[in-house]
Amino acid sequence: MAITAKAFKYGDDINTDYIISGKYKFKSNDMEAMAVHAMEDLDADYYNKVHPDGGFLVAGTNFGMGSSREQAPLVLIHSNTKAVLAKTFARIFYRNAINTGLPVVECDTDQIADGDSLELDLEAGVLRNLTQGTEIPFAPLPPVMAQLLADGGLVEHFKKHGGFAL
Amino acid sequence: MSTISGKTIAEKIFSAHSGTDAHAGDIVVANVDFVMGQDGTSPLAIRALNNMGVDEVFDPNKVALVMDHSSPSPIEGVSALHTIMREFGKKTGCHVYDVGRGVCHQLIPEAGHVVPGDLMVGCDSHTCTYGAVNVFSTGVGSTDGAAAMAAGKLWFKVPDTLRVTYNGELKPGVFSKDLILYLAGQIGADGATYMALEFDGSVIDALSVDARMTISNMAIEVGAKAGLMKADAKTLAWYEGRGEKTPAPVDPDADAIYARELMFDAAAIGPQIAKPHSVDNVSPIEEVEGTPIAQGYLGTCTNGRLEDLAIAAGILAGRKVHPDVRFIVAPASKQILLDAIEAGYIQTLVEAGAIMVTPGCGPCVGTHNGVPSNGENVISTANRNFRGRMGNSNAFIYLGSPATVAASVIEGAITDPRKYFEGGVR
Repeated sequence: MAITAKAFKYGDDINTDYIISGKYKFKSNDMEAMAVHAMEDLDADYYNKVHPDGGFLVAGTNFGMGSSREQAPLVLIHSNTKAVLAKTFARIFYRNAINTGLPVVECDTDQIADGDSLELDLEAGVLRNLTQGTEIPFAPLPPVMAQLLADGGLVEHFKKHGGFAL
Repeated sequence: MSTISGKTIAEKIFSAHSGTDAHAGDIVVANVDFVMGQDGTSPLAIRALNNMGVDEVFDPNKVALVMDHSSPSPIEGVSALHTIMREFGKKTGCHVYDVGRGVCHQLIPEAGHVVPGDLMVGCDSHTCTYGAVNVFSTGVGSTDGAAAMAAGKLWFKVPDTLRVTYNGELKPGVFSKDLILYLAGQIGADGATYMALEFDGSVIDALSVDARMTISNMAIEVGAKAGLMKADAKTLAWYEGRGEKTPAPVDPDADAIYARELMFDAAAIGPQIAKPHSVDNVSPIEEVEGTPIAQGYLGTCTNGRLEDLAIAAGILAGRKVHPDVRFIVAPASKQILLDAIEAGYIQTLVEAGAIMVTPGCGPCVGTHNGVPSNGENVISTANRNFRGRMGNSNAFIYLGSPATVAASVIEGAITDPRKYFEGGVR
C-alpha cells in the first residue's frame, strides 16, 4: 500500500536524545503523551507539523545515533511519522524501528527537499518524489528484517512462531 | 562464504554461540549468555514480553534489571516504572539491582555475570563496555531485549572488524579517555557503524582493566557494535573472586581479516576534549583551555571507577574546587564507593568541595542530580555531550578525562591536567 505525505527534512547525525530527550523518556511508559516532545530539541514544532496529516522524516547520514531507547521509534510512530528516510542509519535505531513497525528507508535523500510531497510503496519498493516528478531507488530490507516486518514486528513474530523462526 | 582464513574475536564468539562457521556479513541466531535492562528500557521490555504472552525468562540467573538512570526516583512516574521492574523480578526470579547499587555497566562485570568469551545483549547502548574484558556485548532495544530474555537467543549480523592499534606509551597526564576521544575525532560518529572494533597494542596492554573499560564503553560513539579486547593476565586476575563462571578467552587469529586497520602513536596524543554538541567534535585541550565552566561531573559508566576517583583525588588533595563551580561525583557502584571510602578518596574529594550523589548514572542523562542552567558550560567524564543530554538544551557539555575534569574544577575553566603530572608522578 502506498503512503503519500509531506517531507520534513533535517540534517546528519540526528541522535536519539534529539528524537526523545532523556528528561522525558524516563518519566513514563505512555508513548502517546511523550510524542508531543518528539524531535523537540531540534525543532520544537515537529509534532504540530507532522501530527495532523502525517509526514516523512527525511535526514542525512547516521540517523538515530546514540542510545538504545526504543522510545525513539515509538514517539515517531505516535507523532504520525509514516517512515524515516535517510542516507544511512545507526544500527540500534534501525533494528528498533523494524521491531516496532516504523518503516525505515535507506536512500539518497539529496533528491528530497523540505516540503516535497512523497509517495512510498514499501511492498513494491518504489519511492516517488511527486513534487519533483522523480523516482528515488532504494535497497530492499535484508531478508531477516523483511520477514520480521511481514510478521508485524518481533512481538508478532514470537506470538506466531513461539520463538525465533528465522 | 567460508574461507580458510582466520577469524576475528567477533567471528569466533559468534561461531561458538551459533554453532555455525560464522564470518562477517553472515546472519546468525546465537545463544546469549546474559541479558540486561536498565530503568529507561526495562519497562518497555516487560511490556513487550507481556504482549508476546511470555511470563518467564529463559534463565532467571542470566537476566538482570538495574535501576541506575533515574535512581533514587525523582518523580512519581519513575517510581511507577521502578515498581514494574521490582515486580517482574519477584515474578521471574531474575536479578534486580535496586536503587543505589550502581551503573549497570559496572555491576554486570563486577558481579561476574559475564566472563571472557561470552556473548551478551543489554538494553542500553553502552553495553559495549564489557568488550574490555573480552565479552562480545552489544546494545539492543527493549523488544530485542525482551526476545532475548524469553528465548535466550537473538539474531545478529556478524560484523566486520575495524582494528585499532595504539603503539608506544601514554605520556603523563594522558589517559585512556583521551585515546578514545582521539579516535572519535579521527573517524567520526559513524566511522565504525555496523562494525566491531578490536583494540590492541602496547598501550592497551599497559592499561588497567578499569581504563580499558573507558575505551570499550565509547565504541558506540563511533557507531560500533562492540569494542573488543583480548583477555590477558590482568583480565583474568580482575575476575578472581567474581562469581562462579570460568573465563574462556578468545584471541583473534593471526590471519584474521579486518575490514580496516588504524594505528596510532600514543606519544603523539595529548589530553583531548569533545566540544558541544557531538562526541566527534574533538580537539586537543590547548584549543579550549580557559573556557569557563559552571559544573564538573566525575562519574558514569565511562569514568566512574576506582582508578578514576583515585586520579581526581590525587589532583584535588589539598586543593579546593573553584567557588563558582559545582563539582558532582557519582561512583559507578556501591562497591566502588566503599573501596573509595576505604582508600580515602571520598574524604579528599569532599574536603575539596565535591558533591557526592548516589552510585548510578548521576546527572549524565538529564533526569536528576545536577541539571545545568541556561548558557552554562559543563566539563564531564561522560560519554555523550548531545544538546540537552543533561536536561537543558541551552547548556554546553565538554567531555574529557577524570584528570582534565579535576584540573578544570579547581580553576573554574577547562585546564590541561598535565601540569599535575610533571616529573612522571603518574
